[in-house]
Amino acid sequence: MALTLVIEDIHKAYGNLEVLKGISFGMQKGDTKVVIGPSGTGKSTLLRCINRLSPPDKGQVWLEGEEITHSKSNINQLRAKIGFVFQDFNLFSHLTALKNVSIAPMKVMRMKKKEAAKLAMEELERVGLGDKADAYPAQLSGGQQQRVSIARALAMSPKLILFDEPTSALDPELIGEVLEVMINLAKDGMTMLVVSHEMGFARSVADEVIFMEQGVIVEQGPPQQLFASPKQPRTREFLHKITELYGEEREKGN
Amino acid sequence: MVGGTILGLLLALGRVYGNRAIYAFSTGYIELFRGTPMLVQMLFIYFGLPEIGVMLTPVIAASVALGMNTAAYQAEYFRGAIQSTKAGQMTAARSLGMSKAQAICYIILPQALRIVIPQWSNESILLLKYSSIAFAIGVPELMARAQMIGYSTFRFFDAFLIAAFIYLVLTTVLAQLLDMLAEKVRIPGQEGR
Repeated sequence: MALTLVIEDIHKAYGNLEVLKGISFGMQKGDTKVVIGPSGTGKSTLLRCINRLSPPDKGQVWLEGEEITHSKSNINQLRAKIGFVFQDFNLFSHLTALKNVSIAPMKVMRMKKKEAAKLAMEELERVGLGDKADAYPAQLSGGQQQRVSIARALAMSPKLILFDEPTSALDPELIGEVLEVMINLAKDGMTMLVVSHEMGFARSVADEVIFMEQGVIVEQGPPQQLFASPKQPRTREFLHKITELYGEEREKGN
Repeated sequence: MVGGTILGLLLALGRVYGNRAIYAFSTGYIELFRGTPMLVQMLFIYFGLPEIGVMLTPVIAASVALGMNTAAYQAEYFRGAIQSTKAGQMTAARSLGMSKAQAICYIILPQALRIVIPQWSNESILLLKYSSIAFAIGVPELMARAQMIGYSTFRFFDAFLIAAFIYLVLTTVLAQLLDMLAEKVRIPGQEGR
């Protein structure tokens, strides 16, 4: 089966600091992969390299056989097929929830205003926010803002959605509503690459967990295996710390 | 004023998003027009340019001078406003497949222009008052009219008092209009911006 996303030997340095030192993996259609690892190990940079928000120094990325990293590729067209959900939402602050979702279909896909509004409404309903269509970002809670931003990504019918720590800027009681939306997406067959430390989410929907440290993939495998019997001592150490921090209860919940 | 706003906006975009040459040009322009007195600029355009073959009527020369001068100031206000929009806004727009121009047009500017309104209000009041120096090159603007009336009636006190009053009314109305505009485009949920 053809892979949706192929990443090969991605390198990225900021000045003298080598953030990514050769990352490679592939994703099949419908896969959900969760990337974990200590902060500052290049997880977010990896996501940004995939849609070239930060161009990688070396290595290739393919989306459905089209090379994103090629210098002549139409990057705007390719980015339109890759959703990106940010840690701090980045909703367009001057637009209503509905307009936040409909603006890219209108401007990038040249969809008619009415059609785009209808689509946006459907996507907002999909994340449970149909009644907030006319609210502005500043009038929404963090959890609601993040759900709008997921709807915004969905409206472009992406082949893949990248999530960059989607719940880490949220108050604990708001995390659940966002995870629920993400779990439903995964179950609906969306291809998702998620940087997150939500073990419960990883355990319930991830096909694979990737443990990254200092710019390399230390270990990867199905969540049951990786969480229960990590092969590398570093993975074990990290999981231990995370579990302490987040507590067993949260792990078992979800 | 309108010409100045458009030019100012272009200069600001040049300083924020332009390549090195455009940046250098914009910066040079802004420094030149902010660093020299408006009266000198106006006299230069009206009396100096004809020597190299550019003849302008007093009204046009005054408008050009005012426009080019205000552009330099407005450019800096716009630049400040553009840079005060969050970096994530541009990133998010690009991640959805918008080109840089689309992102600037649909996401950055609508936010920046709202931020700039108070400063813009200030600048338009200044400009309105500065239009009085067009007097120096013989434009029959408010000041010139007041002086003419003064000479013909010998009532300078009344003439200039009325002129000052008219300026005051115009600037107050302008300020009110811009306040109303700011209120109209205010983003719900974002108070005190």
